[in-house]
Amino acid sequence: MTMMTSRARVRGLGSAKSGTEHWWTQRLSAISLAVLAPLFFIPFAIALGKPWDEVVTIYKHPFNAIVAAAFLLAVFHHMRLGLQVVIEDYIHAPALRTGLLIFVKLGSLLLGFAAAFSVAMIAFAV
Amino acid sequence: MSQTEHGAAVNRGNRPLSPHLQVYKPQITSVMSIFHRVTGVGNSIGAILVAIWFISAAIGAGPFDTVNGLLTSWVGHLILFGFALSVCYHLCNGIRHLLWDAGYGFELDQVKTTGIVAVSAAGLMFLGLMIVGWMN
Repeated sequence: MTMMTSRARVRGLGSAKSGTEHWWTQRLSAISLAVLAPLFFIPFAIALGKPWDEVVTIYKHPFNAIVAAAFLLAVFHHMRLGLQVVIEDYIHAPALRTGLLIFVKLGSLLLGFAAAFSVAMIAFAV
Repeated sequence: MSQTEHGAAVNRGNRPLSPHLQVYKPQITSVMSIFHRVTGVGNSIGAILVAIWFISAAIGAGPFDTVNGLLTSWVGHLILFGFALSVCYHLCNGIRHLLWDAGYGFELDQVKTTGIVAVSAAGLMFLGLMIVGWMN
């Protein structure tokens, strides 16, 4: 017997040693995206198809740049959590499943940071 | 004999499998749930394209023109069209999911109403996005 309450044991320390964190961070990123997506997609729809210098001008605006960077980081986090669930549901071969989970986690981290860094480069350097 | 995910053999005998998706009549609840997952995976492909677009713009005008040329080709437009639809649906139905998470809207009639509202809102959002995209 431990001296912990049932709730304290569940919070963050379930059988998977991560408790409800996956569920919770997915909701947090969902709430962020519900706000950020409209703010991101309007300038993005305007910029899409325009020549390079006009696109750069749009994303040199601090508001567009901050929204785009925050949106991209939230998107790739949310995408990683979502794809993880899809893989866990449908891919049963252990090696393939683990391989895909590693690929999705590392790939989304890399792409998310690269995309957000690119927005910063456009805003500051290009 | 079939295998569990850990590779251990399990004797399932001749017992029938439980009924699965294809035996049920499609309903607004199940169809919208399936589409939420499908559009989620679709959005991942779109997100990768958006990332490539930003990365190419950061590298310079040359690489950007290549990516931009692909995205503004007819195949590119078709993909962007699908991506926009997919994002609008996932966003509107996602808000419906967040309401469920907060404990609201579990009655059957509410589930149907919010479903119709989410699809309609997604349609309007898609039209708005297309207008913004085409006008500029």
